[in-house]
Amino acid sequence: MGQVVLKGINKFFDSVHAVKDVNLQIRDKEFVVFVGPSGCGKTTTLRMIAGLEAISSGDISIDGNVVNELAPMDRDIAMVFQNYALYPHMSVYDNMAFGLKMRKFEKLEIDKRVLEAADILGIGELLKRRPRQLSGGQRQRVALGRAIVRHPRVFLFDEPLSNLDAKLRVQMRVELKKLHLRLGTTAIYVTHDQVEAMTLGDRVVVMKDGVVQQVGEPLELYNQPANKFVAGFIGSPAMNFAAVTVTEANGSLIAENSGLRIKLPDETAQRLRGHIGREVLLGVRPEDLTVADSADLDHPCFDAVIEVVEQLGSEILLDMKVGESIMVASVEPTARVRVGDKLRVAMRPSRLHVFDAQTEAAI
Amino acid sequence: MAISAVSDTTLREAPPPRRRRLLEDERWLAFVLLVPTIVLLGMFIAYPFIRGILLSVTSSRVGMPGDFVGLANFHKIFNDGIFRTAVYNTFLYTGVTTVFKLALGLWLAMLLNRNFRGKAFTRAFILLPFIIPTVLSTFAWKWMFDPTFSVLNWLLYHLGLITGRINWLGDPDLAMISIIIVNIWRGVPFFAISLLAGLQTISPELSEAAAIDGAKPWQRFWHITWPLLLPVTMVVVLFSVIQTFADFQIVYVMTGGGPANATHLFATYAYQIGIGTGLLSEGAAISLAMFPVLFLVVIIQLLYIRRVEVR
Repeated sequence: MGQVVLKGINKFFDSVHAVKDVNLQIRDKEFVVFVGPSGCGKTTTLRMIAGLEAISSGDISIDGNVVNELAPMDRDIAMVFQNYALYPHMSVYDNMAFGLKMRKFEKLEIDKRVLEAADILGIGELLKRRPRQLSGGQRQRVALGRAIVRHPRVFLFDEPLSNLDAKLRVQMRVELKKLHLRLGTTAIYVTHDQVEAMTLGDRVVVMKDGVVQQVGEPLELYNQPANKFVAGFIGSPAMNFAAVTVTEANGSLIAENSGLRIKLPDETAQRLRGHIGREVLLGVRPEDLTVADSADLDHPCFDAVIEVVEQLGSEILLDMKVGESIMVASVEPTARVRVGDKLRVAMRPSRLHVFDAQTEAAI
Repeated sequence: MAISAVSDTTLREAPPPRRRRLLEDERWLAFVLLVPTIVLLGMFIAYPFIRGILLSVTSSRVGMPGDFVGLANFHKIFNDGIFRTAVYNTFLYTGVTTVFKLALGLWLAMLLNRNFRGKAFTRAFILLPFIIPTVLSTFAWKWMFDPTFSVLNWLLYHLGLITGRINWLGDPDLAMISIIIVNIWRGVPFFAISLLAGLQTISPELSEAAAIDGAKPWQRFWHITWPLLLPVTMVVVLFSVIQTFADFQIVYVMTGGGPANATHLFATYAYQIGIGTGLLSEGAAISLAMFPVLFLVVIIQLLYIRRVEVR
């Protein structure tokens, strides 16, 4: 079992309110990812779950028992640190065995568990080496091994992949996912990389300035972001935003600013009935923008001038000037476009997001 | 202007003089650059050292060149009761102070390694005993141990722990304890600051990882902090041993080797015999007797440093 419940968690560092009233229920066997920009409180939250940081108020419970006052060693958790935190003076074997030795396991059992973990991670050859003789990826595996051998109730990961190069990171990400499927241990994972969050998490917790912005499955966050921050943070390239004023003409709603004027599709218009005459933020993802052709006649369209063409092979990113602002569109790699071209761009009507201009919450 | 520019060019184009060509050769250049160091080391270390050895095998005194006497001086001092006391004292003094300096220094370093208000100030403050000239601070200590004016006695008396005066520097054992206390007081900052520097190179994540792994505080110290700090500790201890073994100032100021020659160390006894009594050759023999021990310590240190570097 490994059910973790956070109830009204707060953390103050002197006068800084680092984590604000976090409530979360993490189910057994679930892989939950905390994601957000640096300083958003995600690592602090993780360290509070680990017991490395005292909580200022609230309750943390693991499998129904409040662990606020328990030392890290008594919480039955294992943690993988950003810099691996391998003991430099011990061999790989001893690094992995350390936790079991401290817990007074039988020598045979220690041996069995270390070899088993080494086998799972493919580091059986390295057991006699010292950490400094290992590559970054190997160190990462040893750090994982040290967590696995303990068979804890919960794994805690603190940006474990951020020190690896891009290629290795992708590879380790896949292995982590496989490992979780195989072991089925509850995992809480902290990262600032939204791709890691989307690919690894059963559920993702987006944080900003110590406040949980949204909790949900990856696609839920992607398709129904709760506010402008989540919409902009999840997805790459980021969502385009345009401040527009909502007006009514001939029974339909129009959104306009200096650069664009579009007729809002019915579904969006429904939601904006109460905002006529006011300013709202229109959000649209780059892949929901297309170069308009005859099929898009009834889609909202606007004019744009291409400023930069980024050829990625599988797609082309167009940086376009729309009125005063810049928008990015992701278009088919076959599109024939050049810098300076004037385009008519169509929006996929069902994929339009709108946010309140003041609160930035989704409307 | 124009003329000087022209002459500059001619100078540059002229074939370099022989001396300059020699300096282009790296072997010669290395030698030339080393000369000042060689001269300084030779004048102030090698020459006095060799003079000391030559002196120790003669019978010279102040005002008397003396004759070659072989190892007679060494034979004499090894049969000298005070010399034996001095040898014993030096080992005791070095051993006891080093243990205490290490223990207290490590404890202090661990405390200073924590986060607290006024951390920077405290760290600087700790260094004071190390910064004050030893002779001055030792004079202050001498006052505190003075049989008549002793602030220590006053304190102990008013705390009700003693009824009469303690003659700190008049009793052989107490005098030894006193100089040991002063040496510890003076040496702890060096240990504390050096070990603190060592502690700061150890990532706090390691301790956290060990805490999660189930290690209790003293286990974290024993399995993580201590082994990782060991290289620094070794170097600091060896430096301190060399310093303490050849210590002079504290004993000279506090007791002058007394009472009744009970607190002499190698250095103070060598000074008393060589300069005080004027038996230059015998004094040289006494100070040379320190050499084998210090040599051994230096060898150990060099070997250890090399091993750590290789690892």
